[in-house]
Amino acid sequence: MSLEVFDAIVVGAGPAGNAAAYTLAKSGLKVLQLERGEYSGSKNVQGAILYADALEKLMPDFREDAPLERHIVEQRMWMMDDNSHTGMHYRSDSFNEEKPNRYTIIRSQFDRWFNRRVREAGAVVLCETTVTELLKDTNGRVIGVKTDRHGDSILADVVILAEGVNGLVGQRAGLRQELKPAHVALAVKEMHFLPEEVIAARFNLKGDEGVVIEAMGTITKGMVGTAFLYTNRESISIGIGCMVQDLAENRVSSSALLEEFKAHPSIRSLLEGSEVREYAAHLIPEGGYKAVPQLYGEGWLVVGDAAHFVNAVHREGSNLAMTSGRIAAETVVWLKRRREAFSAENLAEYQKRLEASFVIKDLKKYRGIPALLHRNKHFLDLYPRIASRAAQIWLRVDGVDKRSKEGEIVRDLRAARGWRGLLGDAFKVARAWR
Amino acid sequence: MTGTKIEEKLFQNRYLVDAGRPHIKVRAHDKPSEELRALVDICPAGCYTETDKGTVEIVADGCMECGTCRIVTQETGEIEWNYPRGGYGVLFKFG
Repeated sequence: MSLEVFDAIVVGAGPAGNAAAYTLAKSGLKVLQLERGEYSGSKNVQGAILYADALEKLMPDFREDAPLERHIVEQRMWMMDDNSHTGMHYRSDSFNEEKPNRYTIIRSQFDRWFNRRVREAGAVVLCETTVTELLKDTNGRVIGVKTDRHGDSILADVVILAEGVNGLVGQRAGLRQELKPAHVALAVKEMHFLPEEVIAARFNLKGDEGVVIEAMGTITKGMVGTAFLYTNRESISIGIGCMVQDLAENRVSSSALLEEFKAHPSIRSLLEGSEVREYAAHLIPEGGYKAVPQLYGEGWLVVGDAAHFVNAVHREGSNLAMTSGRIAAETVVWLKRRREAFSAENLAEYQKRLEASFVIKDLKKYRGIPALLHRNKHFLDLYPRIASRAAQIWLRVDGVDKRSKEGEIVRDLRAARGWRGLLGDAFKVARAWR
Repeated sequence: MTGTKIEEKLFQNRYLVDAGRPHIKVRAHDKPSEELRALVDICPAGCYTETDKGTVEIVADGCMECGTCRIVTQETGEIEWNYPRGGYGVLFKFG
């Protein structure tokens, strides 16, 4: 193998790597994809929601045989305090469409399917192979990789790094800096199995319909984080994530947070009688636009989580991964056809194309949000408590007249934050959101 | 509902342990930094423990390869973190 030269090497077989390798192979390039897991998916963790649009752009027919769980017809956004939740639900029959927009998936199954498509498209996929370093020529140009398979060196014209959040290869080659604890969240997750009809009854679903719950509030104990519950066909994915810096400073175990979330009165009954079959943990790069590293250089490109492409506000990541993987590969194909070198100057086209896509546009839009939450932890703690108290006052019928109730709610708000504080918070959110 | 212990949770997972070749090592130390000590509480797999001597040690067999310890101790340099050899380590059934 060490004598063979590939057009491109893709490091990693998650959504970004698979999208890149698929696009390259489809275009007839000689591609080698390297994955450290037993198979694509065996090291990968996600909630997980699949956003159809990003995958459709690669393979419009994916619904024919992709392992999809449920299409989402209902979104519940919960603000939780210790024993209640308030929130917004949106359910629509228009999500029951011929080509649904979002699905729940189980990543080890989905990635395995995706990677099979990559191989069918003509890429060489080598699993159980960890890339240990990038090979560079004397001018510092990346010319291939070294793996832990007998220390093999493999050469290629260009290397696409889709190595995930712990991007050791790129970091150790000095292509980007180590992640900061304030820029990365640790999420833990469990898979709870229940009979299909029990899930359907508990969540008011028929057929392949599914529900998503995204939750925030006192469940993260004043730290920046969110929790989720997704319905799969015969299992429920449930998890919670907080910024690593917050967890370290407060010495809080995510595992304990998840136990408390599961025991919350709003959640407990949804899981009752379930059988847990897996416990997983994973980091999510949530530093936003300001944490995005250098995206290309002499002979290399970086995509997906390794490039910090996560929109934490909208809980999107895998679609940014697939889209960046596709765009990186399209840039490589474009240069190859023009017989141009994979120099940093030419590969800058990748960034240009990304900037024209939703990937960079959305990250830019929310560039102020990570710092805003970091500095204003009360957003996730105080406001859910206030909302819950207001709902209690408003909904309880107890002989108190409504004007007095309104007065109590207003006094509550003022006592909690003061007019100046409330106005300031509203202003800060508006500014970060625009 | 009483909380499930981490060890019981990990019992559900599949691993292929690379015996004798741990992918994470704690460097020898007399007194752990605050960051290293935090790992005893925050490692989601409970891999880190405090010894009687007040040092911190790791048994990486249940590691889910999340990388939290790597991020937290990056400045102190107290641990050496690598991916397991290809094919070894955690094998997620669902992910």
